[in-house]
Amino acid sequence: MDLLELTVAQAAAAIRSGELDRAEYLDAYRRAAADDPLNAFLTAEGDDPTNASDGGGELAGIPIAVKDIFCTEGIATTAGSRILEGYVPPYTSTAVRRLREAGALVHGKTNMDEFAMGSSNENSAYGAVLNPWDTSRVPGGSSGGSAAAVAGRLAPAAIGTDTGGSIRQPASLCGLVGLKPTYGAISRYGMIAFASSLDQCGPLTRDVTDAALLLRAMEGRDPCDSTSVGLEPGVEAPSREDLSGLSFGVPRELASEAEGIEPGVREVFERTLSRIEELGGEVSETELPHAPHGISAYYVLAPAEASANLARYDGVRFGMRAGDAEDLTAMYESTRAEGFGAEVKRRIMLGTYALSSGYYEAYYGRAQRVRTKIAEDFSRAFERFDFVVAPTSPSVAFELGSRTDDPLAMYMSDYCTVPMSLAGIPAISIPAGLARPDSSNGATGPELPVGFQIAGPAFSEAGLLDAAFALERAIGFEARPGGEGP
Amino acid sequence: MSAAVEYEPVIGLEIHVQLSTRTKMFCGCELSFGDEPNVHTCPVCLGHPGTLPTVNEQAIRFALMIAAALECEVAERSIFHRKNYFYPDLPKGYQISQYDEPLAVNGRLGDVRIHRAHLEEDAAKLIHVGESGRIHGSGASLVDFNRGGTPLVEIVTEPDIRSAAQAREWAQLLRTTLRQLGVSDVNMEEGSLRVDGNISLRPRGSEELGVKTELKNMNSFRFLERGIEAELVRQRELLEAGEEVVQETLHFHPEDGSLTPLRSKEYAHDYRYFPEPDLVPVAPNEQTLREAREALPELPAARRDRYVTEVGLPDGAAEMLAFQPAYGDYFERALEVADGASATAIANWVTGELVASLREVGDEDDPLASKAGPEALASLAALVEARKISHGSGKQVLAKLVAEGGDPAKIVESEGLAQISDEGELAAIVDAAIAAEPAAAEQIRAGNAKAIGRIVGVVMKETRGRADGGAVQKLIRERLGA
Repeated sequence: MDLLELTVAQAAAAIRSGELDRAEYLDAYRRAAADDPLNAFLTAEGDDPTNASDGGGELAGIPIAVKDIFCTEGIATTAGSRILEGYVPPYTSTAVRRLREAGALVHGKTNMDEFAMGSSNENSAYGAVLNPWDTSRVPGGSSGGSAAAVAGRLAPAAIGTDTGGSIRQPASLCGLVGLKPTYGAISRYGMIAFASSLDQCGPLTRDVTDAALLLRAMEGRDPCDSTSVGLEPGVEAPSREDLSGLSFGVPRELASEAEGIEPGVREVFERTLSRIEELGGEVSETELPHAPHGISAYYVLAPAEASANLARYDGVRFGMRAGDAEDLTAMYESTRAEGFGAEVKRRIMLGTYALSSGYYEAYYGRAQRVRTKIAEDFSRAFERFDFVVAPTSPSVAFELGSRTDDPLAMYMSDYCTVPMSLAGIPAISIPAGLARPDSSNGATGPELPVGFQIAGPAFSEAGLLDAAFALERAIGFEARPGGEGP
Repeated sequence: MSAAVEYEPVIGLEIHVQLSTRTKMFCGCELSFGDEPNVHTCPVCLGHPGTLPTVNEQAIRFALMIAAALECEVAERSIFHRKNYFYPDLPKGYQISQYDEPLAVNGRLGDVRIHRAHLEEDAAKLIHVGESGRIHGSGASLVDFNRGGTPLVEIVTEPDIRSAAQAREWAQLLRTTLRQLGVSDVNMEEGSLRVDGNISLRPRGSEELGVKTELKNMNSFRFLERGIEAELVRQRELLEAGEEVVQETLHFHPEDGSLTPLRSKEYAHDYRYFPEPDLVPVAPNEQTLREAREALPELPAARRDRYVTEVGLPDGAAEMLAFQPAYGDYFERALEVADGASATAIANWVTGELVASLREVGDEDDPLASKAGPEALASLAALVEARKISHGSGKQVLAKLVAEGGDPAKIVESEGLAQISDEGELAAIVDAAIAAEPAAAEQIRAGNAKAIGRIVGVVMKETRGRADGGAVQKLIRERLGA
């Protein structure tokens, strides 16, 4: 038995039955993570298994990689930023606490774009992360370390955060399942804020069943997060075998009419639509008229919230403080100038501008109205369809450095994922096939994973996971990084 | 020279009230003052990464009680905003406050309309290390986060106040009202009640508002009145000299009564308000609103009206008893057990002699706990009203009660203070007094009524105040045919 190829559900069952020695299992991952050829981990330090709760929880003995945006008491937490270098939180996030209560162990803290701002993981202050499918390419972002760790067999599962696509896009680029739950399903307490009205925690796993397991452990109302509501009813293991009786809307704005979708991605998408029909699902085109404005609205709203959320990094109480400042203002300025990276500064400037007196209505106010319109578009679509489907990412994994000088091109990576974030609805990306990178930009190389995105109405996670499970079985994606099958 | 323009002051107040909830506005830290610095802190109120605020339900209840007491309309749905600015006493880099959708609007207290009342969190306390204790010239600044996150209600009045004295009186009425609600310590010296003024002048009769200044740091009622008065004088001088008032924020210095402008850099912020995404709207249901209304005690304004219309007290005594509820409660207890004394007589004793005597012994805060209980005061008032003892003797009895307690009737007996009721006895003393003051007697006969005092004084001295003044005067006039 190759321990590193087991899914979470398989390993947990084997540990419970005694077939698998949990120390041996943990040790295999500890060694893999310590090696870390992908720069996926910022802290390899994990939980001491002797301290772990042994209540026979569903995740007993499972090491889970945690994006370095979740506060972990006693374990350094940086959010990928220089400004939090050496910061050790005095408390633990609710999501991590719940995983531990289910028996899981923190398996190190994963690399990420600084403060979750990015789509390639190249904005980390601690170096880029490599995609295990092709180490000259990015794993996606911002949860790039989590995705690379799971795809590269350095962790059996990971958690990340998704603000505009930061779980789904790296899952797509790394051939994983990535779930962004409904806003409010999982507590945000202890999750370092980027854009509070959009940020949501979720799992990155090898299959849909594992995603359901992690979601089930983490979801729930939390008195520490007023915006959390949990899922009602809870999450069961998905079991659906076909898609008969279910309808899938394909918004033309995110599919047929969308510009910049690579031919290979489009092909896998079309093939997956046929697969849905083969499973008895009904597929037809629909519209989300305001979705094309999603990116514009997102890049006003998210930076606006970020400009306030990042004000606390002032060098007064924790984290980095630039030395030798003459006075208070100089201390603020040099601490933030040295502590933040270029993309974070760009978004703080954008957000500060958008909220400024005289510009608020034109930017923030208008972006909020677009957000409402997009949510209404989805509501209308869900009157006719059970789900809305779209590609997750317009492209397969791109080469390191290919978009770093072009922020707009980078922002377009989230074109198909941002509308669901703005609407606060759940969306899952599952691996649907492989495709070669678009040869028009001269790139060649191995075939790379392509994700397929399914979105449902708010709090429809149970049905969404069930549909994704049926489709996953039918697709039978078995490719592995390095080209070897199981 | 043109004719002098008469100017009318236009004053509005902005009041910050620290609520006396058990815990802070957005976290579970205890509210406690005077403890060692930074002991009442947690990751939330220190603004650690990843923390989230949660609303203190007790603070909402207290704010709703204030809204009800100020007769405000409560918003069905009010929201919190972030007010963004950098300062070391503000750990998140923004203050959570309410902005364009406040909890309560359009109220009234006494003769002043309330514009709005909203909830927010207080900043932490900066301590500047150095000789002056001020920021300039200090070697270092320390932050004590114990106060950071204390729930505040900000109350903004309409510009309905027309004088510094009215501002002070109204602020005192507000303090009494809040104290009676039990929602705050309302202590200006300690900062649990902070009153700022928005002050302008306009030509009397004009409807337009003049340029206003904002006045801060008036940390007592006396300073509030003095500060506003000083600013009104300053503005009047400017206008009379043909100059203009500049809109600015001024700092009042209680030591010498001077006003200095705060440097524009310190207050000219663009706060970049936007809705706080970490909190859900405050939407009190009908039951919560009803509970807030029902939790209201009788408030000073209503109590004063009741004393005037139902109890029949004169305005002055009614207001004093209503605005100092400890004395109002004392009065009502005395009235309950009164046997023969009128309400007005009791009220006069309470608001006059009792307050003065208790103040002399430094016992004025809690009259019900003094040695002179309301039952004793009621009997004392009855003895005087029934003319069993004179008013002067009554004061002696009260002094004894305040010092030692006891039963007024027994004190009267043991001190021999009973009024001389034997007409014959009194007549003999009066005759002796007339004989002792022939000059005064002659003046009275000649029609100078004022001279009677001299003879009354002799009688009172002789009787040690036990004579009824009215009866004595009547006897003297009869004797002298005046």
